[in-house]
Amino acid sequence: MENMVNIYLFGKKYSVPENLTIMCAMEYAGYQLVRGCGCRNGFCGACATIYRIKGETELKSCLACQTKVEEGMYIATLPFFPLVKQVYDLNKVTPSEAVMMQLYPEIYACVGCNACTKACTQDLNVMQYIAYAQRGDFEKCAEESFDCVMCGVCSSRCPAGISHPQVAMLARRINGKYLAPKCDHLEDRVQEINNGTFTELIEALMQKPIEEMKELYNNRDIEK
Amino acid sequence: MYSKKFQKSLAAVEAAREANIALEPRRMTAQEKTDLLAAYHPDYKQDEFETLVIGPNKGDKVPKELAATLQAHSRITPESVDLSTPDYDVDVLVIGAGGAGTSAAIEAHEAGANVMIVTKLRMGDANTMMAEGGIQAADKPNDSPAIHFVDAFGGGHFAAKRELLQRLVCEAPEAIQWLSELGVEFDKTEDGTMVTTHGGGTSRKRMHAAKDYSGAEIMRTLRDEVLNRNIPVVDFTSAIELILDENGNAAGAVLMNMETKELLVAKAKTVIIATGGAGRMHYQGFPTSNHYGATADGLVLGYRAGANFFTQKLFSTILPEPLIPSRSSARWLPKRYVLSAQSL
Ligand SMILES: Cc1cc2nc3c(=O)[nH]c(=O)nc-3n(C[C@H](O)[C@H](O)[C@H](O)COP(=O)(O)OP(=O)(O)OC[C@H]3O[C@@H](n4cnc5c(N)ncnc54)[C@H](O)[C@@H]3O)c2cc1C
Ligand code: SF4
Ligand code: SF4
Ligand code: FES
Repeated sequence: MENMVNIYLFGKKYSVPENLTIMCAMEYAGYQLVRGCGCRNGFCGACATIYRIKGETELKSCLACQTKVEEGMYIATLPFFPLVKQVYDLNKVTPSEAVMMQLYPEIYACVGCNACTKACTQDLNVMQYIAYAQRGDFEKCAEESFDCVMCGVCSSRCPAGISHPQVAMLARRINGKYLAPKCDHLEDRVQEINNGTFTELIEALMQKPIEEMKELYNNRDIEK
Repeated sequence: MYSKKFQKSLAAVEAAREANIALEPRRMTAQEKTDLLAAYHPDYKQDEFETLVIGPNKGDKVPKELAATLQAHSRITPESVDLSTPDYDVDVLVIGAGGAGTSAAIEAHEAGANVMIVTKLRMGDANTMMAEGGIQAADKPNDSPAIHFVDAFGGGHFAAKRELLQRLVCEAPEAIQWLSELGVEFDKTEDGTMVTTHGGGTSRKRMHAAKDYSGAEIMRTLRDEVLNRNIPVVDFTSAIELILDENGNAAGAVLMNMETKELLVAKAKTVIIATGGAGRMHYQGFPTSNHYGATADGLVLGYRAGANFFTQKLFSTILPEPLIPSRSSARWLPKRYVLSAQSL
């Protein structure tokens, strides 16, 4: 017999096997999830969840698909959090501090409480990446925020009303498009393809009998 | 933190680590590969397949679980929908907001079309979000689309449709460029050279990654771009039937709100099906890494509207092949994902 623990889903008590994630425990209890469940693998941020262990004061947050149940867990899912997402034309923004001031001025109202960092389900230094964004240091903001799954938990805790994941998204796109080094071999290859450099070679492969294709495939030289 | 059972398994891995490190894996011979596949791979276990008795692929064999859904009754009756007053009327209806669907929507919008997206969960709750490994394109000087062609054709056991493969290998570099210009942060060295690695069975290092978040980085960027363009996204809503016009061309879809079960009608000049894979059908009881919504919906939608499968062998639950460098709808994507109005 599996070991069971008692958890409270939206306040209601259920007894569930201890080795389940919160997400699986909800399904075990009989919920059919529509919201709050996407990749089931820690990437999409659909399953933001807050909980408190009975008897403790600390409010914790996590991804339901990545976190095991514990005895006495009071669980509430946060399948949607109203973030502010400003729209912009990436082709028209300039990689300067002014972009942040214009689109997300509230980041300058950060009070430095660090609640965002404490709440982050990915253990990111959220307050720090907001500080980088304030300074227009998009490269550092992008780096620091890279693992963000945009679950929105940090924003739910922020007294300044900042939508951290959207700020970071903007920084990463600016970094990717404008600040990261240009890739010459990529541009060259696209040119070559457009110029028809490989057309004949590919045409030949399109016609080759399967047996010859097998020959080619089984005798490839493989880059070390 | 870990359970006892897990700790035990962890200890076993640790105990075997030295031996594992010392082991030099060699490439399998063609025969060894064939034998292994025949014994274990779900695509090759014949008794797990069933012959279709109705529809355009009548007589073909498909996984049993898929046969059951393809040949099932519709979940709605004609009386339950009113086609005369559509809730949406657009040029392009994109079904599914993964990498393929969002890319198609962005390109359609760029071309000036009035486009909308309908998607089962949230935009980006999709397999694309989970493709950690990377995306392949032959853009290095020691590589070429022709070498990529041979690798992928062999990797797919010589079953691929060559016209599609040609597109894939020739357009992959441009797709990487397109994504870079949207701000996707591919791994590069300081001089801008792409950091590339081997993918399963490749002869050149052509897998581009964005740390171990490749698909997530692509997906969140595409999602941001869709939002920037104000393309309407109807989320938590599934397409459940295609609507055909009097000539048999796709003219829209019946949609269902996943939460309220309300039925809606979308009318469209072009319909793009980009509903992704089938992992969550758990063919042959196989576990899957697929996202929650990967239940072959597009195959069923298309089949019921009369579309032919291009091959019934493509229902692999194990998917080591390259991320489809998806851009504009039918021009970029294999038929398996996109059935444009013309092909229906
Ligand atoms: C864990 C994992 C790792 C992978 N790693 C790699 C890798 O490293 N490299 C690589 O090249 N490939 C990888 N792949 C494969 C790759 O992710 C997919 O082939 C690719 O992302 C498919 O994109 P898509 O847009 O067609 O489908 P998806 O991204 O799955 O999008 C389909 C969308 O359609 C929606 N949908 C489904 N049914 C309906 C409906 N009826 N109505 C409305 N919407 C619907 C879904 O909710 C989803 O949002 C991986 C796949 C997985 C699961
Ligand atoms: S930074 Fe915020 S949105 Fe991103 S993962 Fe952490 S808590 Fe979630
Ligand atoms: S929670 Fe808000 S105010 Fe507090 S440190 Fe984070 S960003 Fe600043
Ligand atoms: S379901 Fe995607 S992060 Fe949990």
